[in-house]
This record gives sequence, C-alpha cells and structure tokens, in this order.
Amino acid sequence: MLYAVICYNSEAVVGAWSKEKDDAVMAHHQGVLAKFAAKGKLGPVARLMPTTTATTVRTGREMIVLDGPFAETKEQMLGFYLFDCETLDEVIAAARELVHEPGCMEIRPVQFFEPGALKNAAAGK
Amino acid sequence: MSDLSWIDAAITGARPQAVAALLRYFRNLETAEEAFQEACLRALQKWPVNGPPRDPAAWLILVGRNFALDEARKRSKQQALPDEEVLSDTGDAEAAMADRLDSEDYRDDVLRLLFVCCHPDLPATQQIALALRIVSGLSVQEIARAFLVGEAAMEQRITRAKRRISQADVPFETPGAVERAERLSTVAAMIYLLFNEGYSASGGELHIREPLCEEAIRLSRLLLRLFRGNPEILGLNALLLLQHARAPARLDAEQNIVLMDDQDRRLWRRELIAEAFALLDKAVRLQQPGPYQIQAAIAAVHARAPRSEDTNWHEIDRLYALLETIQPSPVVTLNRAVAVMKCDGPEAALAMVEPLEPALSSYFHFHGLRGGLLMQLNRNDEARVAFDKAISLANTAAEAAHIRTHLDKLAAEGKKRQAH
Repeated sequence: MLYAVICYNSEAVVGAWSKEKDDAVMAHHQGVLAKFAAKGKLGPVARLMPTTTATTVRTGREMIVLDGPFAETKEQMLGFYLFDCETLDEVIAAARELVHEPGCMEIRPVQFFEPGALKNAAAGK
Repeated sequence: MSDLSWIDAAITGARPQAVAALLRYFRNLETAEEAFQEACLRALQKWPVNGPPRDPAAWLILVGRNFALDEARKRSKQQALPDEEVLSDTGDAEAAMADRLDSEDYRDDVLRLLFVCCHPDLPATQQIALALRIVSGLSVQEIARAFLVGEAAMEQRITRAKRRISQADVPFETPGAVERAERLSTVAAMIYLLFNEGYSASGGELHIREPLCEEAIRLSRLLLRLFRGNPEILGLNALLLLQHARAPARLDAEQNIVLMDDQDRRLWRRELIAEAFALLDKAVRLQQPGPYQIQAAIAAVHARAPRSEDTNWHEIDRLYALLETIQPSPVVTLNRAVAVMKCDGPEAALAMVEPLEPALSSYFHFHGLRGGLLMQLNRNDEARVAFDKAISLANTAAEAAHIRTHLDKLAAEGKKRQAH
C-alpha cells in the first residue's frame, strides 16, 4: 500500500523559528527519510512554501481564482499533483482543467523537493 | 516530553494575536500585557503536563482574559469594569474562540495592536522599539542590544513611549475600508523601517543586525497572513525576503562591505528568493503596482542574474523610472542614477546626480556615489573631496572603511602618476 503522510503545524509557530531551528528540524526529517530511502520505501517528498504564497482555483457555478490558500474546513484533502511550470499562470491553467467537478484546487509553490525512488509504485499493493 | 522549547515557540507564535485580542477586551495596553504575562506563566505550568493545547492563541486569550477579569473584580470597588457590552462578545469555550480567531475581528485586532505602536507623536525608533516589545515580545535587554544602547536607556524609552500612547486615543472601533488601508500602510512603513534598521544599521560598529531583519520579516509575514490578497503587503514581504537573502554575502570575513557587483551569489539564500518570487507572481496578477512591489521587482532583477554582469540594468532603470513617477524622491533618483551609469555611462549618471545636491547634501550615499562617478571620469581631486564628505557622514565603521578603500586607490594612482 502506498501511503501519503501529510505534515500539519501552525504557520505562526513555524514562521517564528530561527534559521538554526528550521535547519535542525529539516536535518531531523532528512535523517528519518534517509533510513527509509535506503530500504527503497521513500517516494517524492516536498516541503511547501507558506500559505501566503498560495492561489486557489475554485469552481461552482463558475470558475474563480482566489489569491489565497484553500480555507474550507468542511472539505478534506483528497490528493495532490506536482507540476513543473514556467509561470503561475501556466499552473493555474492546469488546475482549471483539473477542477472538473465542483470543488477546488490549491496551488502552493514547493520549497524543498526530493524525488525519491519507489520500486513498487502501484497503489493498492 | 523533556524538550520544552515547543512551549517557547508556541507562545512566541501566539503572542501578537493574543495580546491584540486582550487589548480589544480591556482597551488598555498595560492590562492586556499583564493578562498575557499571567497566561504565559500558567501555560508554563500546565502545558508540560497536559501537552500543547489545540490552539495556543485561543488558550492564552481565554486564560489571560479570565485572570484580568478576576483582577478587575477584586479592584471593582476602586475601579469600574469595562462595559458589559465590551465583554459580552467573549465566548467561553476554547474551540469557539479558536474558530473566531480566523474572523475579521481578530485580523483587525492585530492590525490595531501594530497601529497603536505607530503613533505619529512617537519618533520612528520608538515606534520600532515599542513594536518589538509589545508585538514581538522581545525583552528590553534584547531590544537594547539590537539598538546598541544601554538597557536602562531603552527601558526608559519604551516606558515613555507606552505612556505616550496610553494618553492617546486608541482607535477601538472596527475600521472602515479606507481607514484599514491607511492603517495597513502606516504599519507596513514601520515594518520597513525596522527592517532597514537591521539591514543598514544607523550607528555603531555592526553594519547588519540580522535579528532586526528577521523580526521585520516575521511581522510582515504575520501581516500578509491576515491580509493575503493585498498587493503591497505581498510586495513588502517579497522585498524584505529578497534583501535579506543577500545578507550572507554582504560582509566579508573582516566585516568589510562587499558591494552587490562583487558578492558571491552562491551565498544568497535561494529558499528566500524562491518564496519572494512566488509572492511577486501573485502580486503581479492583481495588477495594482505600488512602491513596495516595484522595489521588490528591482531586487528580483538582481536575484535573477546568475552573475553581476548578467544584470538587466535597462529593466532596473525602467522600474526606477516607474517608482519615480508614483513615489518621487531624491533617493529614488539617486538609485536610478546607478542604473543609468550601467546603461549609459558615468557622465549621464553624474548629470542625474548633481541636481540632487541641495536635497541630499547630508546623505552618505549621495557623496559616495558622486565620488565614484567622478573617479570613473578621472576627476580625482573632486572625487577625493566627495569621498571625504562621505566618510564624515558614514553611519557605520564598515561604511567609512569602504569609502577609505576608494581614497587609497586614488592616493595610489596619484603616486603612480608622480613617479612617471
């Protein structure tokens, strides 16, 4: 089975970390990841930029683009995509195509990326 | 849990929101601060045992509010409680409180708290000191060290500033759209000042004071989280991140200034630059250019150039020209002259700089740049006079030392000429 592990914390707190503290947290994560990477059990890892960098594409009756993060506690995260785009407009266009059913897609630039390598990438196995 | 540093981090993160909400309840800065301090003390007792609360800000507000209400009741014979109306909008449950922390009221609370620190009667340095004390929660000792003054002097400065604002009318009504925009721009200016105080210290031995820069970035991020779609706050954030990204390359091992052209760009903090680009992308989509966005765009041109010779100076010239039209100032023109020098040569730049003399005669960078231009034009005697003037106006030892290297170069050239 493939699992996504999603990291949550308060941005007010994380944003107040000193560079040293942030580096120490990242180093701890890297250490754990390295262990699982060695066993071939690690897929892509991404640290997202703060929600202040987010843009949201939402569709209901009509498609709208919002200058902020997704902030609707009644909806749950269902999955995510990684795109490599030249501009914000390009990735917004991609998200617009994806939002087919009424719902929304939040776009967040990636701050740290590690592609990882999973031998068995098929879900549900 | 043996490592309790998370408590410190949680309290620091929650502070602006908690003090701001307490200020709204009690309409008195001193009461609000006292209530917050008490709530922190209780957090230090409870949290290690009970673990972190779901929402530290909500917890601190509730506990602080209850404490201050008890205190007020104890003193109620001497002192009237605030109107019931003022207190009636306070929920009991932490969860309800946490929900409301996202609402507009709280957004305006934090803006108000910052705005109170920007009272127009206070000189800029006092506004900054007050914001660091009240909003950021730095100790008087830390602030004194950052400003390189004695602790007693800083204590006095902050006390005086607090007295000043306690006598002033604090605007407690919910601001209208125009008023909110005005408050935002006042607060943004204060944060920019705070950053500049760290970026290019206005006195003393240290040329860069990183803690002040970091605090300014923290406050501007806080402001942006509250006002996410505001193009100028996006611009301010991007600008501060881009400037701060260069910090590791701005001084050499001997604390000498390294100009941007000579900086080792591999030392620039790429993660801050990437975040700034993402913020600028958002700002551009809003199509409401303003001074912070333009300055950020200028800094972004530098950040995009892999080597200094790759810098698109024509783009920088164009952006400064735009800045001159929406926010004309001699300092902006002086900065534009650097771009003109790169595009059209020192003569054209000098022609732009000379008329600024009356406005900038006591500005270090004016004489520094003018001297540099004269030196390029081989007008060495005049250059020497300009550099001497610059040294007499230098704000830090590093600035003076940097100009001295030019004077040494001129002296060496003079000797060479004599020898021939």
